[in-house]
Amino acid sequence: MAEIIDMPKLSDTMSVGTLVKWNIKEGQVVAFGDILAEVETDKATMELSCTVPGTILKIYAAAGAQLPVGAPICAIGKKGEKAPEPTAAPAPKAPATAVPAIPEKAEVSCVPAAPASSGSAAPQSDASRTKASPYAKRMAEKAALNVASLSGTGPGGRVVGRDVAAATSAPAPAASSGPLNVAVAPPADGKGIQPDGDLPVGGMRQTIARRLLESKITVPHFYLEVEVDAAPLMAMRESLNKRLAEAGGEAAIKLSVNDFILKASAEALRRVPAVNASWAGTSIRQHGAVHLSFGVALEDGLVTPVIRDAHAKTLKDIAVEAKLLIGKARSKKLTPGEMSGSTFTVTNLGMYGVTGFFGIINVPNAAILSVGATIKKPVVDAHDRLVVGHRMVIGLSGDHRVVDGANAAQFLQALKQLLEEPALMLI
Amino acid sequence: MAVISYREALRAAMRDELNRDENVVIMGEEVAQFNGAYKVTEGLLKEFGPKRIVDTPISEAGFIGLGIGASMLGIRPVMELMFWSFSYVAFDQIVNNAGNIRYMSGGLINCPIVIRGPANGGTNVGATHSHTPEAILASHPGIKVVCPATPYDAKGLLKAAIRDNDPVYVMENTILYNDKGEVPDEDYIVPIGVADVKRIGTDLTIVAHGRAVITSLKAAEILEKDHGVSVEVVDLRSIRPLDEETILKSVRKTHRALLVEENKPFCGVDAQVAYLIQSKAFDELDAPVHRVSSIDAPQIYCKRMEDLQMPSVERVVAEALKVLA
Amino acid sequence: MAKPAVLTHPESLKHPAGPSAYAKDPVNASMTKEAKIALYTKMARIRHFEQRCIRIYQQGKIGGFLHLYVGQEAVAAGTISLLGKNDHIITGYRDHGHGLMVGMGMNECMAELTGKVTGCSQGKGGSMHYFAPDKNYWGGHGIVGGQAPLGTGLAYAVKYQGLKGSCLTYMGDGAVNQGAVHEAYNLASLWDLPVIFVVENNGYSMGTSQERSTAHPGCLAKRAEGYNMAWDVINGHDVYEVRAKTALALKRAHEESKPTVLEIFTYRYFGHSMADPDKTYREKEEIKTYRDKKDPVLLFEQELLREKVLTPELSQTINEAAMAEADKAAIFADESPDPTLADITKHIYWEEDNRGPKTTSRGTIIFE
Repeated sequence: MAEIIDMPKLSDTMSVGTLVKWNIKEGQVVAFGDILAEVETDKATMELSCTVPGTILKIYAAAGAQLPVGAPICAIGKKGEKAPEPTAAPAPKAPATAVPAIPEKAEVSCVPAAPASSGSAAPQSDASRTKASPYAKRMAEKAALNVASLSGTGPGGRVVGRDVAAATSAPAPAASSGPLNVAVAPPADGKGIQPDGDLPVGGMRQTIARRLLESKITVPHFYLEVEVDAAPLMAMRESLNKRLAEAGGEAAIKLSVNDFILKASAEALRRVPAVNASWAGTSIRQHGAVHLSFGVALEDGLVTPVIRDAHAKTLKDIAVEAKLLIGKARSKKLTPGEMSGSTFTVTNLGMYGVTGFFGIINVPNAAILSVGATIKKPVVDAHDRLVVGHRMVIGLSGDHRVVDGANAAQFLQALKQLLEEPALMLI
Repeated sequence: MAVISYREALRAAMRDELNRDENVVIMGEEVAQFNGAYKVTEGLLKEFGPKRIVDTPISEAGFIGLGIGASMLGIRPVMELMFWSFSYVAFDQIVNNAGNIRYMSGGLINCPIVIRGPANGGTNVGATHSHTPEAILASHPGIKVVCPATPYDAKGLLKAAIRDNDPVYVMENTILYNDKGEVPDEDYIVPIGVADVKRIGTDLTIVAHGRAVITSLKAAEILEKDHGVSVEVVDLRSIRPLDEETILKSVRKTHRALLVEENKPFCGVDAQVAYLIQSKAFDELDAPVHRVSSIDAPQIYCKRMEDLQMPSVERVVAEALKVLA
Repeated sequence: MAKPAVLTHPESLKHPAGPSAYAKDPVNASMTKEAKIALYTKMARIRHFEQRCIRIYQQGKIGGFLHLYVGQEAVAAGTISLLGKNDHIITGYRDHGHGLMVGMGMNECMAELTGKVTGCSQGKGGSMHYFAPDKNYWGGHGIVGGQAPLGTGLAYAVKYQGLKGSCLTYMGDGAVNQGAVHEAYNLASLWDLPVIFVVENNGYSMGTSQERSTAHPGCLAKRAEGYNMAWDVINGHDVYEVRAKTALALKRAHEESKPTVLEIFTYRYFGHSMADPDKTYREKEEIKTYRDKKDPVLLFEQELLREKVLTPELSQTINEAAMAEADKAAIFADESPDPTLADITKHIYWEEDNRGPKTTSRGTIIFE
């Protein structure tokens, strides 16, 4: 029976490995101890030796891929046997990020905030708080006394046990204070909106949590927003879809607004390539190709499949590929390779009527585009007339280490132009 | 009941157990022919012969490790360290091997070894010979540590340790070796993990172990006489297991606690005891818990200064008055 | 760093392959056909168990460290095959081979590696900490050389109890520079203890070749002379030679209650542990030479084929059965449950696990 070889754990601390190089080809016969590939771990580049003798039926991951331990990399079995379908890795490292769902509208700033004014001094301890030892408090509570009404004889005026004892043996104070604890209001009658309790967190959720937290706390985000006249885009989409439907057959694909945004993003990145880059610790890595990832919401999280070489693809190519990837994402059939290596990410919550938002950057991208709904609203046109406009708000979250306000703005400018004159995309 | 010294009480415990169980072996540097560096094992070679009372070379990692290995096969070695300070060259054996083997074998092996010897400062011998490693060792699950303060406890705890099926490290005190007290001739043990209220009082609890118990008892007398304060002194006797109930019971009564030990303050035994009190008797406290420990420096050689470095009766009295404020 | 040279550990290669010069040694000549087949089977089982472990480690199911014994099988097999009921065994962290040799099952061994409650130490010890005291196997110790005093103590106990026995105390060539080992040597000789120190010399203390780690007069065993102990060197690729020379040391232990240091030249095919990239300090060519020319399992197989004790068919059956057994153990380990949260605080103290009116301890011993 064929066996799937996973990204091996080659050291005690390894969680992700990079397939540096394959030493074997599909169809090749391998014996125990043969070197299948070289894998770079957190410690060193190591050789992956064969533990299952047989024939290489299928190679799932290309050289260069970075994969979590446990992700399928190849299958070995008997000659002629069909290679098994690998299931997606349980917790892919690279993918699953870029979250639209956390709007962060407020802090639009491309310059460091001014230091907070130093008017107020360090917080002082609250003079009105009565210092009392835990024991004195408990005694007072039993005696229905308010410790605040007692004068303390302990260090620093602390009310101690003997003070409470003296008070209780003295005549009761005239105005006995009420009970110290106000009972907590009982819960309103009826049922809650859901049962109380903790939900277990799966691998995907953990990856989302880890990667987005890492991004949010380590990447200096800044936010820009632009409003786009979406009317020409809507008109072109309608007309193109009509033509495609008429053509029928293989051509009968329906273009979504998102397909246009993806195409326009790829084009805008071609014009402002500074945004197609990554922070690499001591350098900025610029990427020659646009690998565009986009968020796909799933019931239990989200994933971000990648359209490779989007800069070289037509609108239709992109539409077809996006559809395919969305299908795979929903049926959890995406391979780790299809979820890794992006250079830019697009997220879209327009279908939920969200008018504008800012996603968290999908590291190591330099920016993420957040697309809101197209809504009808009054606008002032070129002739200063109030007319009905179709407007779409687009947000960009940028990594300030890689891009600055100006080049991010240039990118948005290019994107706005492409979306408002969509024919440009087709050139 | 005979009045004997702490040293004689330890020897009596070993003699009893040598007679009771033929697997008991006394081993260490100078324990046999020399009659013991501190004369604790004096006369035992003559009485029991060289198979039972064994002189070792100066080779702590070797002979302590050997004792641990032998204990795995049913021998019950009682190993003397001339000073617990010397345990540091045998740390891998004492901690990794004796302390872990039961756990790592899933309970298949146990290690009934006793290691005993003095662990104290105050004798003008400088930093390398004045360590008090009870907190360090007790922080390792798998190890038991006891610190007797009186002749009665010394005999009872050592006998319990020899009969115990786990590694028990007995930390004695050279300054206490000549202290005398009433010790029964008949067979008795002091169970490991049971503290002892050495003085009953109502206003303040002092928790101490080892020689700090003796210091605290003297301080308690002065506090009573000069300041009219009734002090209760709890002697831990055993560091791990720890008798939490006796400590808490006393604090619930007095509502104030002072912790005294001869260790350095950082992560000392009393750091754990202070945590225990605030965690389980928070609402009983009428004042913060205070500590008196050795001044936080390697043990100084100069005797006049060393006496000041370690908890003295005067320091305990002064700190007690602060807790009582 | 010194440039890795090809064949930095050539001692054992000096011994010619081919028929063993020790086949006629009484301790080998007296073996029945069945005993020889059983010995070969045990070596094959160690080999296949270890090779199966690699895959499980790479699947991430074995945590931490995994030190493989592949290539060294003849050492554990040869020495342990001679032992009787009062002979004990203790070793360092490369301990799987010894465990299987004393009769531990593949299931309990594999399940220990994956941290399961069905493991020999209930998932509390791991790869480096196998124990089977009922089979005189006292571990499985993680700190290099730390087991040497323990082994000496086991031998002391055997002697104290008046039994004719011994303790085989194994260590690697890296351990001979640890102080605890020298202290153990001294005590063993000083007190005439029936301990046999077996130095499994595979040439490297982790990634440091013997030349770069050890000042020695030609062989490590010779250090025994400094402690007035007998010593010998053994070609560890020939299980017959291992048996023949170990038998002499055992006789010395049993009859004279005297210790011995045996240095057994051997070789490991895999890294110090699985995390070892294994190419900074030796050349692949060196590993290949050993695999091709000095493999102890292969050499013993050839020996037995020549003796007509084995047939190729029988050998194949033995190897296939060992592989199948290892596969089954892998499944067993996979399907076994983890220890529970409550298990974390069990097996720390005998007195705590057996608390009753007769135990000496009271009070809190496990803290929150």
